[in-house]
Amino acid sequence: MHYEVREESGYSVVALSGDVDLSSSPQARGAILEALNAGHHVLVDLAGVEYIDSSGVACLVEGYQLARTHGLRFGLVGASENAMSVLELARLDKVFPIHASVAARVAADG
Amino acid sequence: MSAEPRPVVEIRLPALPEHLPVVRATVGSAARLVGCSEPVSRAVVLAVNEACMNVIQHGYCCDPTGEIILQILNNGSHILFRLRDFAPVACPERVRPRSLEELRPGGLGTHFIREIMDEFAFRAAEDGTGNVWVMSKAIT
Repeated sequence: MHYEVREESGYSVVALSGDVDLSSSPQARGAILEALNAGHHVLVDLAGVEYIDSSGVACLVEGYQLARTHGLRFGLVGASENAMSVLELARLDKVFPIHASVAARVAADG
Repeated sequence: MSAEPRPVVEIRLPALPEHLPVVRATVGSAARLVGCSEPVSRAVVLAVNEACMNVIQHGYCCDPTGEIILQILNNGSHILFRLRDFAPVACPERVRPRSLEELRPGGLGTHFIREIMDEFAFRAAEDGTGNVWVMSKAIT
């Protein structure tokens, strides 16, 4: 797995790519929680995710919950087909705000 | 009517997170080889990976000396997975899925397995030296 963090439209965008699995999900978790603990609104870009397992999904749930605790915005953008199918299996597609892109999320924010 | 199961592949590997890509590559290749569609192949990869994760995290408690044996078989209508560990014999509670109404990290793995597989069983090995996971999925 590889990740990058960029600032865009008032969000810290954590872009994950490759396989988010038991080996790599601690890195993803660290990046997401670090941005939230710094007080940033966070979007996780899943466009480059080829595989994600339950440990990766757990990172997203933890981020979502931490954001709510801190009163910050959190969401997912650009979910790949593979990532979306796993989110649907976990029935989290109805829980997380999911948008096609950062621009779409910003537009939805109004 | 299903035929006698025939072996497709068998691997024995250390129960370590860094070996999970080997499991996924093996399961994906075997599923495609026996005729599973791409969505079914991806789904069984996820389910078997989750079973191995459960063994690594909860069976061996991340003990790096643990081992897993994965046998994949084909009976003509289903692809069968038999996962063997040598961890302490566990109670079936370990593989009981949690309610999805409760939003919390973790505990999704067994839900994935049960959602994806047509049949799933978890039991102590007959010789009492570990646990056996048996899973099957229709070849579609």
